[in-house]
Order: sequence, then structure tokens, then C-alpha cells
Amino acid sequence: MIHAGLGVVMGAVFDLNHPAHVVHWHFIKLPLANVIVIGLMLVVFAIVIALPFPGAARRAAARRGAGAS
Amino acid sequence: MSGAPENSWTVKVREKAVEALPPEKLLPDGQPTYVASWIYVFGVASIASLVVIITSGSILALKGPAWWHYTGIGHFFNSIHMWSVELFFFVMVVHLWGKYWMSAWRGGRTRVWITGAITFLVAVPTALTGYVSQQNFDAQWISTQAKDGLNSVGVGAFFNVTNFGQMYSFHVLLLPIAVVVLVSAHVLLVRRHGVVPPIELHARLAIVPGSEAPAPAATAVGADS
Amino acid sequence: MSLLHPKDDTKPWTGRYQPYDLVKEACIAIGVIALLAIVAAVLFSSPDDKPSTVAQWSRQLPVDFVKTAATELDGTSGTATYGPPYNHESGSVQHFLFLHPQRWLGVSHPINTAEDYVIGPLETVPNDPTLQRALDEYTSAPEKTQKAWGEAYAKPLEEDAEAEEEGKPLPKTVTVNATTGTVGVQASGTGPVPTMMTSLLSLARSGGLDGSLLTSRQFFQTDYTKPLLFMADGGLLDKRAEEQHLGGDEWGMMNETGSYPGQAWLWLYALWYQIEPFKNSPNADILVMLIMGVLSVAFICVPFIPGVRDLPRKIPIYKLIWREHYRAIRPRSSA
Repeated sequence: MIHAGLGVVMGAVFDLNHPAHVVHWHFIKLPLANVIVIGLMLVVFAIVIALPFPGAARRAAARRGAGAS
Repeated sequence: MSGAPENSWTVKVREKAVEALPPEKLLPDGQPTYVASWIYVFGVASIASLVVIITSGSILALKGPAWWHYTGIGHFFNSIHMWSVELFFFVMVVHLWGKYWMSAWRGGRTRVWITGAITFLVAVPTALTGYVSQQNFDAQWISTQAKDGLNSVGVGAFFNVTNFGQMYSFHVLLLPIAVVVLVSAHVLLVRRHGVVPPIELHARLAIVPGSEAPAPAATAVGADS
Repeated sequence: MSLLHPKDDTKPWTGRYQPYDLVKEACIAIGVIALLAIVAAVLFSSPDDKPSTVAQWSRQLPVDFVKTAATELDGTSGTATYGPPYNHESGSVQHFLFLHPQRWLGVSHPINTAEDYVIGPLETVPNDPTLQRALDEYTSAPEKTQKAWGEAYAKPLEEDAEAEEEGKPLPKTVTVNATTGTVGVQASGTGPVPTMMTSLLSLARSGGLDGSLLTSRQFFQTDYTKPLLFMADGGLLDKRAEEQHLGGDEWGMMNETGSYPGQAWLWLYALWYQIEPFKNSPNADILVMLIMGVLSVAFICVPFIPGVRDLPRKIPIYKLIWREHYRAIRPRSSA
């Protein structure tokens, strides 16, 4: 019973089991999923460098000598 | 402690280990103030992904290679395993990009770069052996295609991607051990040398915050910390 | 300073430290990554296209099966002419200049296609005197006669395959019985080959050939080389791969079945196969592997390569990463 129920729960919300949409550009022919992964990596890299990292006040205090280890 | 003889290997190994990595260096509770960017979390994210890969892979290994094909729960753990592998390469490559643009091999840290690079290169066949061990159409196709590349350089003579038994052994045991050993060496080297300091903009700006005087004149090669 | 060891003015850090909880960070990271993997698993699951079997191949593409089996018998198939590590032929042997690693490593997984794919499995079929007579006739004939029979039988099948590929009307020399699935080939001088092929097709359709190819050496088997190479010589795997955009001309090694992401990290390996001179080279595989080998060593040795190791200073992304640090150490102008 639990097995069957879990089986239902484990089915995908989005069914990706259909032939891929292929992105054509010159000699580049890549499935959309791979293009998304590579594009996302570049976007994430840009974002993580641009975003400020929390704890600036703590670091400033450490530089001033307060509470440094 | 026992009165160990002077030529005790145990004592020598322990003393060398503690000298290289005393506990406060092995597990420090502070980091330099320049560690202040989200790019720094991608190293630990890579390790985290590896933990999830190994955990989900262990569950798949517990039930055997056919289990995930005929149970929903098995398929679910296979899905976790697959997506954690995608995440692993994703975060590892972003980590690699960050470390490259930071020239993180500076200051005697070439071995950190080398172990990291080799980890990536070993992770690729680790994933490939997984893909050819799936026992489905994807495995059939990838193995019959990959064999040509490997045969062309003679590797196919002793690494047969169409031999499921061999590929499964490599995937579940041999290559994960190699990856874990390399990652451990990589992380221990980072702990030993510390996180690479920022590239110095100009010599006159090499005034280290919190010190009384400007830093000494630059030497040819940075010393290990 | 030398070419391999550049000037490195990195000094050990003697500045301030901030509290930083590594263990907590690691635990949070594991939690976040596990959550992302679970959410992805729930949303998208993972692909699991069922494998093809020799039985399915023989039922879905009987003409292709028989054509492939005929080429295995007469030694003209892809596997039969491959070369090391399967045999001593040279159809797929690659080299680069004086480097012949495929030859050097030799035949480590010997496959005799006529024996392993046709004669051996047929000899396991019991109670078929007609087949047994055909096998005896074939195995006792001289090699030249065997070859002539094989070529005569294969010719109409190859013409049929060519016509299908070019979209032309199919010649009437090859027929398929829709009810029984048997393949009829009109040709003369074929000797016992038609009987052998008909029996092999029947054995394949029953599933017996899958088992025979796998357990030919011992009861417990985990090596699928023989059935996989046999199927790869035929058209079924190719047909399924084309439907899923997994072919080499579509960066196939990177791809996954369905619309799932695949091994995107193989992009540079797959790229070379799309451009000349690799695209149409008979030595494409060894050339690509050698290039990737050189690039992999270069990747490991980045700290030693002039130019490559200096690029981060020339394109100062590091100024963004460490901007807080540089602001903090900027000398303040006096009031």
C-alpha cells in the first residue's frame, strides 16, 4: 500500500520524457536542457560575484580589532 | 603516552601530521576578513553535492542495480542521484571559475589547484561509468558510442564500457574512492595553506589591516602560511 | 623567477580574522543541496528509457536484423572488420602519426562474429535436422565458397537498405511475411545461408539469442559486449538515438534521452567532432582524445603556463570578488 502510494508521489510533476527541443546556432546543436544548464552557470557566476556577502559589519569590527580571533 | 622508541613510525606520523595541521588549523573557527563573497561557498557546495551523491548512490547500491527500474521509490532515489550529479558539476565548475579568476594557485598553492583539477578530471569518468551502468537504452547508446573513442587510444583494451560488471565496479567503488581521496587532499591543502589572499593591487597598498607597519617588501615567491 | 615559476608577491596573511563557522556552513550546504536535489527529483524525475533487446530488434526491424546477421556471418559487419580490441582486422583502427595505441594494446576481447553471432547460437537449437544439415554444409565448405554464399545473400538486403535510406521504391527481392515476421530473400547461389538466417531470426524473435549471446562463456554474466556490438552493427539503436537527438553530429555524448540535461561537462569533447578536420576524419576519435589529453594536462598545469596564468590579472574579475577588502585597505586621505 505504502509502496504503491509512494510510487504515485514519486512520479514527476513535469514530464520531460519527450524528445528534446534542439537549439541551433551555426554548428552548435544543443538540447534546450543543456543550454539552460550552461546558461544558468554563467548567470549564477555573475550573480554570486555581484551580490554582497552578509556579515560586513562583523568583518569591519574584526578589522578594527574588536572581537578578532 | 607510552615510552615509544625514538624511531617509532607512529610517533613520527603523528608529529608530522600535527605539525602540518594542528587542530586549530584543521578546523579553524575564523577566516581572514577578505573571505567575503558568495563565490566562496561553491567549494563547500561541491563537497555537499558529493555527500548527497554518495548517500543516494549508497541507497541505490544497497538494493542492487535493477531496483530503481521497477519500484517508484527506487526511481526517486535514482532521480536524486542524477540531479545531485548535475548539481555537483554545476557548483564545482562555478567554484573552478572563481578560483581561476582569483589566481588561487598563488602563495605556494599550486598543489591545491592541481588536486582540484585532477578531481574534476576523475569526476568525468566517474559520471560516465554511472551512465553506462544504468542498464537502460541510454546506457546501451552511450557505451556503444564511447567505446570508439576509448578503443582508438587503446584504453578500450582494459576499460570496456560495454562490460556492465566492470563499469559498475568502477562506478560504485574504485572511482568514488579516488574522488574522495582527491577531495580530501584538496581540502587538507587548503586548510594547510589557508584561503588565498587577494591579489595585491600596488605595493604601497600592501598595508595589512590591523598591523602596525606596512607589510615588508614583496619577495619573489610567497611563503606557505 | 623562471618561465614555469612566475613572480609571486603573495604574502601570508597577517591581518584580521572574522568568526567563521565552517561546520555550520557545511551542514547548511548539505541541507540546501539535498533539498535542491529532492525538489528537482520531485519536479522532473529522471529518464529511464527501456533497453532494446535482440528480440525486439528482430521483430521491429526483421530485414535490418537479417542483413546485419548476414554481414556478421560473412565477416563484413562493423564489428567483424573493427580491429583491436575485438579482432585483427583494420576497419576501425585509428592512428596519429607514429602513434598506434589501438594496435599496440592488441586484441583483448576477441569476437569471431560468424561463430559468436550465427553458428554458435544456431548449434544450440535442438531437434532441427534441416538446420543441422545447413550448418554442416556451411562449416564444411571452403572459405571462398562460404564468402560467395554470404555475398549473394547479402546483396539484395543491402540494395533494400540503400533504397530505404534514399527514399526510393524498395526492390521486390526482399519480402517480409507480415504474419510470421520471416524474411524472404530472392537470390541464387546462396547455399545454406537462407536456412541459417531464417532459423537465426526465429531464435532471435523467441528471445533465445539474447540469452545465448550473454551466457556463452559461463552461467553468471555481467559482460554485455557481444549483444551490444551485435545491436550496434544494426539499425535499431541508431534509429532510437536519432529520435532522441543523441547522434554524434548533434553533440550526442553530452545529451540525455528525453528533455533532460545530460553530461554538459563533455561539451569541449563533443565540440571537436562538429568541426573540420575532425568531422570527416577516419582518425577523428584518436585526434579528439589526444587534444583533450593535452588540454587536460594543460588544465592541471595552469599555474605554470605563461599567459594563461596571467589572464586573471589582465581581466580583473578579482577586483569585484575582493572589493570589500580593497575598500577597507585603501589609504584614507587626511582631513
